[in-house]
Amino acid sequence: MTPSEGARAGTGRELEMLDSLLALGGLVLLRDSVEWEGRSLLKALVKKSALCGEQVHILGCEVSEEEFREGFDSDINNRLVYHDFFRDPLNWSKTEEAFPGGPLGALRAMCKRTDPVPVTIALDSLSWLLLRLPCTTLCQVLHAVSHQDSCPGDSSSVGKVSVLGLLHEELHGPGPVGALSSLAQTEVTLGGTMGQASAHILCRRPRQRPTDQTQWFSILPDFSLDLQEGPSVESQPYSDPHIPPVSKNAKARTRKCSLVSGHGRENKSCRGWGWGQGF
Amino acid sequence: MFVELNNLLNTTPDRAEQGKLTLLCDAKTDGSFLVHHFLSFYLKANCKVCFVALIQSFSHYSIVGQKLGVSLTMARERGQLVFLEGLKSAVDVVFQAQKEPHPLQFLREANAGNLKPLFEFVREALKPVDSGEARWTYPVLLVDDLSVLLSLGMGAVAVLDFIHYCRATVCWELKASILYLMQGNMVVLVHDSGDAEDEENDILLNGLSHQSHLILRAEGLATGFCRDVHGQLRILWRRPSQPAVHRDQSFTYQYKIQDKSVSFFAKGMSPAVL
Repeated sequence: MTPSEGARAGTGRELEMLDSLLALGGLVLLRDSVEWEGRSLLKALVKKSALCGEQVHILGCEVSEEEFREGFDSDINNRLVYHDFFRDPLNWSKTEEAFPGGPLGALRAMCKRTDPVPVTIALDSLSWLLLRLPCTTLCQVLHAVSHQDSCPGDSSSVGKVSVLGLLHEELHGPGPVGALSSLAQTEVTLGGTMGQASAHILCRRPRQRPTDQTQWFSILPDFSLDLQEGPSVESQPYSDPHIPPVSKNAKARTRKCSLVSGHGRENKSCRGWGWGQGF
Repeated sequence: MFVELNNLLNTTPDRAEQGKLTLLCDAKTDGSFLVHHFLSFYLKANCKVCFVALIQSFSHYSIVGQKLGVSLTMARERGQLVFLEGLKSAVDVVFQAQKEPHPLQFLREANAGNLKPLFEFVREALKPVDSGEARWTYPVLLVDDLSVLLSLGMGAVAVLDFIHYCRATVCWELKASILYLMQGNMVVLVHDSGDAEDEENDILLNGLSHQSHLILRAEGLATGFCRDVHGQLRILWRRPSQPAVHRDQSFTYQYKIQDKSVSFFAKGMSPAVL
């Protein structure tokens, strides 16, 4: 059984969700919150990519390499190329062990690849980078990395590139989040209710209207997905591609904020600590 | 330490988890009782503790520690406790010439960009002493409180960088030492001022929340002061790297602080009102 066949030996619906997240390539934005963490889904996507025979690069900034690899079996771990920017990201030790240019330098280096093998780059986390780098610079590099397989006039066939970016929503204002959202081919907004996690998935396929759907799921200890029947599973054409989808919770918060503040802008209760509103 | 809080957290000094970051947060109340709890907890667990105390004097923590059954003076004398008294040190930094880098050196510098000297102080404090035997179980860093650093002019990202490096060292790097067989822990306090305009505090609070394994949030009652119920405590267990097979657990209890203990009870179940 080839790696690809093995990867597709899972349940059809599980593969459908993970496949749909990875199929388009480009930037996949995983938007999580304190209450509904997204690193588990990031690791599930990493595992799926590795099992499909793709090159998988991890830019680890937020957690240690040991912590990130925890839960993966040796087969998966051996397939991951880990770039450690956790131990000394700012070169305080002055040992010059870190990749020259830091995480941004590593990303830029990946823009120069000519390999036909599909590659997945996991950014753990995109928030870490966005807090320390200018938004415009980061967006330019992300655009270059995630679109290198579609450069016109390039005679070499560069393999499909997927960039998985973990974004902690509460940390950033609407400007940077909007900029990243506009770059993303796929956006996953994590949420849930009554202890059940959900993923609101917005896909922007070329020459098609964006589609969105909500999938209820849980992630098992081996980072495979267990899809579940939730309160609602919808799949419909999205009516206005220029207005990103807003989760029900965010809509409720915005409505509440407008009523409370009277100014129509976010107040403190809307900015963070989403877990405080979940129970 | 408060035994009832240990019961709620399902932990004791001799079987605490290692390699964890615990975030303490208070909103519209004083959450310092949590700091006192963890300080006495880890001293009783025979840990090597580095306490960066920016809010109160040594004598304050010592007096409360006595009530909770620990002597900070003795712990400091035997080398178990390294105590950075921020209030006293700040005066030294500002009014006296420093020959060597000081942990709070940023107070003298107009454009201090990072807290590297403070990190180096912590790393040095928790570095195992090569005495040939392991005296302490594992290292612990305690900070009270990080919001003060914002007030002193440091940016939220600079404080997050400081915590990042401490986490990398205390929770991971030091475990490689043969004298520390287990990963260390960190406990930090951040105030939630409730100010909608305080974006830096928001970034710090939310940034640390995403990194934390356990969040304890003390809140004042929405209805105001009550003699028999001093606030409520929200507990959120997070496992940022582990799959959510069992959803992150969260509980809320109300509490009353007494002279030498804190009692916890379910909402609306205060003995005074039953």
